[in-house]
Amino acid sequence: MKNTLLLAFVILLAIIPFYIHRDSEFGGADGQAEEAIQEIAPEYTPWVQALWEPPGGETESLLFSLQAAIGSLVIGYVIGFGRARKKYSNNAESK
Amino acid sequence: MIKKIFWPLTFIFVFTCYFWLNSLHSAYAMHIMEGFLPAAWAIFWWIIMIPFLIVGLRAIKRKITENPELKTILGLSGAFVFVLSALKIPSVTGSSSHPTGVGLGSILFGPTAMSVLGTIALLFQSLLLAHGGLTSLGANAFSMAVVGPFIAYAVFKGGTKINFSFSFCVFLAALLGGIGTYISTSLQLALAFPSEVGGVLQSFYKFAAIFAITQVPLAISEGLLTVIVMNLIKKYNMNELKLLKVFIKEAR
Repeated sequence: MKNTLLLAFVILLAIIPFYIHRDSEFGGADGQAEEAIQEIAPEYTPWVQALWEPPGGETESLLFSLQAAIGSLVIGYVIGFGRARKKYSNNAESK
Repeated sequence: MIKKIFWPLTFIFVFTCYFWLNSLHSAYAMHIMEGFLPAAWAIFWWIIMIPFLIVGLRAIKRKITENPELKTILGLSGAFVFVLSALKIPSVTGSSSHPTGVGLGSILFGPTAMSVLGTIALLFQSLLLAHGGLTSLGANAFSMAVVGPFIAYAVFKGGTKINFSFSFCVFLAALLGGIGTYISTSLQLALAFPSEVGGVLQSFYKFAAIFAITQVPLAISEGLLTVIVMNLIKKYNMNELKLLKVFIKEAR
């Protein structure tokens, strides 16, 4: 119950910005930093390029959702493991 | 019993490692981009980072050898970083960033252990998602895997000492660790790109306005999410928490 409330608050925090900035695309903060660097040091050019970049937004979102899914899977496994262990073990020490 | 849990544990550990190696790459909207840190600074941060990695690897090894059953919780700590750094959440500044997730592991395993996990995360994120970069990895790792975890750890210990409730300590630790990470990133950029007028400080304000302010609501979310997971661990994995000596006295 407490966790549900906390989660609701997290969701709320993510939704509020949409009402504050109705016309924003919510681009990444690192892109803005890139612009700031150009402003401060206009003559600076990046001296190396990334080795590989996802070809487009679709592939990128695939990799991201995969990452989140895998992470959640591991968390779910560990918690589920603990829960089942607690439920089915009779001795008090695993409480 | 030990035999029965050994294989699932090994499986989950290997599995977790495998995916660290393969997909943990994504935390981005906040790291210094490839090539955007001048070479001298890139090398400087790399050199600073190395001792933390060595100490961290030893710390993990020691804990795992003492109590092999802690591998699952170590996997969970890594997976938490993994999930949170995939969540690009919109913020009040009109841009997006993502939480770091290092607070949980820092509280459980200590800050240097998270230096290792965080660096692995950043490494693969820079290789596979082109977020952050190999040259800027030293600097990014210092922010997310050293500054963040150490702040989180110190806040947690300090909070426990002055008898804040456990959940509040966890919340505060994760929150301040998340903000600290981005303040550190801003400082690194400011040092590398001082303004002509106003110097490092002026640049720092500029970068902090971009990174740190964006991060405030996300850090709150990070704190709340860390408390949620910690509640679950407390409920179902008390054994491991006891082994990790997270609670000083009040094992509830």
